[in-house]
Amino acid sequence: MGQAALGFLLGSMHPASGEAAVDARILQELRAIVGKSGLITSPEELHTYECDGLTNFRVMPCAVLLPDSTEQVQAILQVCHREKIPFVARGSGTGLSGGALPIENGIVIVLTRMNRILEADLQNARVVVEPGVLNLDVTRRVQSQEFFYAPDPSSQSVCSIGGNVAENAGGAHCLKYGFTTTHVLGLEVALPDGSLVHLGGKTLDAPGYDLAGVFVGSEGTLGVATKIILRIVKRPECVQTLLAAFPSTNEAGAAVSGIIAAGILPAAIEMMDNLAIQAAEAAVHANYPNCGALLLVELDGPTAEVEAQMGQVIEICRTNGSWETRVAQSDAERALVWKGRKAAFAAMGRLSPNYIIQDGVIPRTALPRLMSEIERLSKEAGLRVANVFHAGDGNLHPLVLFDKKIAGQEHAAEALSSRIMELCIAAGGSITGEHGVGEDKKMIMSKMFSEPDLDTMQRVRCAFDPLQLSNPTKIFPRPRLCGEKPGEYVAHSLETAGIAERF
Amino acid sequence: MRAASTAEAFCGVQPRIVVEPGNERELAAVLRLANEEGLAVIPRGNGTKLGWGNPPARADLLLSTARLDKIIEHVWADLTVTVEAGRTWHKLQESLSRHGQRLALDPLWPERATVGGVLSTNDSGALRLRFGSLRDLVIGVTIALPDGTLASSGGKVVKNVAGYDLPKLMTGALGTLGVITRAIFRLHPCPKIARTVSASMGSLEAAQRALDAVQNSKLAHTGIQVRAAGVAPPGVDVLLEGTEAGLAAQEEQLKKLLEPVVVAEVPASVWSARQELWFASDSAVIAKFSLLPASIAKGMETVRRVADHRKIRWKAVVQATGIGWLRLDGSPDQLHPALCELRAEFESGGGSLIVLHRSRGIAALEAWGNAGDALSLMRAVKQQFDPKGTLNPGRFVGGI
Repeated sequence: MGQAALGFLLGSMHPASGEAAVDARILQELRAIVGKSGLITSPEELHTYECDGLTNFRVMPCAVLLPDSTEQVQAILQVCHREKIPFVARGSGTGLSGGALPIENGIVIVLTRMNRILEADLQNARVVVEPGVLNLDVTRRVQSQEFFYAPDPSSQSVCSIGGNVAENAGGAHCLKYGFTTTHVLGLEVALPDGSLVHLGGKTLDAPGYDLAGVFVGSEGTLGVATKIILRIVKRPECVQTLLAAFPSTNEAGAAVSGIIAAGILPAAIEMMDNLAIQAAEAAVHANYPNCGALLLVELDGPTAEVEAQMGQVIEICRTNGSWETRVAQSDAERALVWKGRKAAFAAMGRLSPNYIIQDGVIPRTALPRLMSEIERLSKEAGLRVANVFHAGDGNLHPLVLFDKKIAGQEHAAEALSSRIMELCIAAGGSITGEHGVGEDKKMIMSKMFSEPDLDTMQRVRCAFDPLQLSNPTKIFPRPRLCGEKPGEYVAHSLETAGIAERF
Repeated sequence: MRAASTAEAFCGVQPRIVVEPGNERELAAVLRLANEEGLAVIPRGNGTKLGWGNPPARADLLLSTARLDKIIEHVWADLTVTVEAGRTWHKLQESLSRHGQRLALDPLWPERATVGGVLSTNDSGALRLRFGSLRDLVIGVTIALPDGTLASSGGKVVKNVAGYDLPKLMTGALGTLGVITRAIFRLHPCPKIARTVSASMGSLEAAQRALDAVQNSKLAHTGIQVRAAGVAPPGVDVLLEGTEAGLAAQEEQLKKLLEPVVVAEVPASVWSARQELWFASDSAVIAKFSLLPASIAKGMETVRRVADHRKIRWKAVVQATGIGWLRLDGSPDQLHPALCELRAEFESGGGSLIVLHRSRGIAALEAWGNAGDALSLMRAVKQQFDPKGTLNPGRFVGGI
């Protein structure tokens, strides 16, 4: 097939890349579906939706739709399918990888109006919600009965469950409790052709493929979740939170390894370095000790068990050089400790006019090595890097600080940030632990996965969305033509060079 | 490579050849060749669960993972292991235990069952209540596809959202999409001590109340099962794991919770009750079912009613997650309608019933039941991965 023919084929798959696909007639039809108040087309209002939490990517959509029912979502998708209009579904737009970035000449489907909690079945520990329900509202609904919804991304007071499903959101407590995917038992999904399917369900192990497991974390590329069955968890009898101050991240990292090696599984282990501590302290006065690195260890479970283990954890911290250990004495104190941690990203604005939030994962054991590498790179680049980690599962959030107004700094910060990602890959880790690939990291997917790996993933996409209309330009460095004949196994260049083995 | 023996026939189908590749590249190459030649391929570990699912429409080549049995990497400090698909569960656990760790899942026949087979059938036991099922423990897989592609997804870190979660797609897919050649799991520390306590309940209803009470308590129990059979009083077993101090306190709490029922410590062998359902089962049918956790007693009452009506003996082991295993002994002409009736009852309550083991003379019983409205999507996934229907043809839901 010649170049021109291939171009034609691609063009026919994405009419959006040509001239505007959403004309007045289609807008009329969409308005009839969602009503006048459910359609936004004025440029001033569209600006609100031009980006998500990753604000350096911005695209103006043709139209924004705010459906308030599954039927409306289906009807919108039917129109998109017929007219081959690409769409992006989004909730609160708190994502940090550009996953909800609109597609040029496409539409955005905002699910915030679908925010009903449909059922709270406490007997079976299930809650059924619409995608626009806020994460924290699930816990609020069931907390009087001593239940909670475990995944707790830092944005939990504003982010939606639909968005959590798309990104497989994590949070500090997933070390013990697992991620969004652990807590999603079933989904009602409007497929990109507008048809409705039910994946998984209220009971476990439904016959067939675990498509709910594949859908969670697919970043909006397989369809739109219109209903979500969640599992809720009983509150533990006892929760204790420890703050331990260390001279540097090296000692703190050694303490983390010590805790894990002792066979203790805390609910959370968080680490902040000195810059991050300063920022959090300035923002919320969490009363953190001023130190090189701070560990925040939370244990929960039966009281006797927690007390025995907390003694052990404190001992491990001291052995590894902690000069101050402090257990929060009240719920209020505990809440303050967490407030500081969860405010850390936003607080960075107090230290620097601009910063890049990075999200990478390394095997825990690589932490000390990676930390000194980051420090070296930071000095070389003359840019400060603040570090906030979910240390228990090796999830790093290095924040690269820079000043846009100084020529060349933004570029240098981006380069440094990418370099840190490469370190994560080389250490056998991942380019994202919880923020997703989205628009931001699709080009480095091919550094983590080989072509056949990515091609195999895209076979799933071809099954769900053969026309590639659902958030089409995200995750993968290049689309796979759904009729394309895949090739045989070819070793990845890193593999043949002996740099990386498979995994 | 060799000719298949008659002992290697399964579900009444006699495969022609057995191939045991020595590494995953060989395996992928064999699979590709078979695919090109239009041979039907049956992936096999040790064959402990080869009879699960529907009988294959065709079976030419048994593709064995027996020689892929190495632990590639156990990074104990990271609590992860990379292991080849053909290693037995027991041998894997043995290696992990040297560092005081385990893969927190208790499948059937661990001495013989392989990692790949356990994954492909999504087997799970009592530990699931606390540690989740395979979907929560597997963090990476490498698979060979019928066209010879070897593809990896996931990775060796426990937290990872890069790309689609194919480890979950492969779990429970019964080898119909690709052949798992290796997997990466997250591990847990072995408990310092474990104790099992048990109580005999007056009725199924009382057993349900006990389950609800324990589940609603703040105990950190690792597993609970109900054993029920015929007219015998149901037993409830609770597994507690932790430190000496912690367990003593929990056991005390549990006793109070279940008063006036007497709770006694019993040997850990009660946890093999599930596996014992398969004992001398030539004339029995064994099914896995899934119910809502609060409907377990109701489900068992249904079993009792249907079984009594048809003069069938029954025995079940059910976990607090709502997943259970049921054995029915009786004449084939009674077993078939009984299973159909039970499946309809369970499905109408949002659950399922999957036939795992058939008695002689009842082979026509479809294994999976209703796969719901996503069946055509599942077919589309199959079409993408295995367009020629090479892998385990006809064995999965809806004839996949």
